[in-house]
Amino acid sequence: MNKLLMPWRRLCALLVLSLLPLATLANEAAPVAADPALEKRVMAISAELRCLVCQNQTIADSHAELAVDLRNQVREMLRKGQSQDEIVAYMTARYGDFVLYRPPLKQSTALLWFGPAALLIGAILVLIISLKRRARLPDDQFEPESELPDDPAAAPARPAP
Amino acid sequence: MKSLKFLIPLALFAVLALFLGAGLNLNPREVPSPLIGKPAPEFKLPQLHDASASISRQDLLGKVWILNVWASWCVACREEHPLMVEYARRKTVPIYGLNYKDTREAGLQWLGRLGNPYVASLFDVDGKLGIDFGVYGVPETFVIDRQGVIRFKHIGPVTPDVLRDKIEPLIKSLQS
Repeated sequence: MNKLLMPWRRLCALLVLSLLPLATLANEAAPVAADPALEKRVMAISAELRCLVCQNQTIADSHAELAVDLRNQVREMLRKGQSQDEIVAYMTARYGDFVLYRPPLKQSTALLWFGPAALLIGAILVLIISLKRRARLPDDQFEPESELPDDPAAAPARPAP
Repeated sequence: MKSLKFLIPLALFAVLALFLGAGLNLNPREVPSPLIGKPAPEFKLPQLHDASASISRQDLLGKVWILNVWASWCVACREEHPLMVEYARRKTVPIYGLNYKDTREAGLQWLGRLGNPYVASLFDVDGKLGIDFGVYGVPETFVIDRQGVIRFKHIGPVTPDVLRDKIEPLIKSLQS
């Protein structure tokens, strides 16, 4: 009798064990299922905030403990009915503009916002000016075009292959 | 004048190299805190040693004090700790601890083994006060003046240099 039972017990144990990962999955997914709309807003706001521990990630992407805490903070504030602006203000009051993935436009960040465009415009201006100046030069300022490969006059000057 | 034109690229390169060189020497981990010059956040937390006794921001008004954020799980705190113990022994300024996301048992055991430089430690089990202080890496050290305004913040372990060159002169000027 006992001998017959043994394999069954083992099978049952295996079955229970194989279900364990499912149990943990269910645990993690629970808060999302609880209120998907809220969770979506939490993630949307978190995606705008930099994780200070792993600086190239948002707190939505990061698994760092601080990111989890800050996500919980965002969730809690949303539950209290606070707006996205209020939450962002709360975070910048504590961690500075650095937490924002989109830096705000102000005097200290003007170079950051307009620097690249200014560089591009400057480079285009320099290009236009130098091209115009070159167009006004007389012909003898340029090298003769004899080096062109399709010029028959230049062909004999080349070493035979 | 025209003959010096060839120096323009060199000058541009020098400017670029200066910017990049300065960038290399910046530490991106050290985020400037917006809290400096602002009043310390309100708090009222139980003490690590005595859950029934609490400390609030108001209790500490009127004196210059140091807040040192620590945790038993934090390796860098262990590195900094002997300096804190030594500094506390000089009794120039009261040091309060903020036991950040720790368990009571582990925190007490850690202090028992390595020495307790703190007048008291606030027990911040869920890290809420840590967020209010803008803490993102332990250890962090704050200097708070008589009016309860944060005057200085150091991220990472305090070194003897930081203590001698920054914290001590500041404390002296705040206390005078």
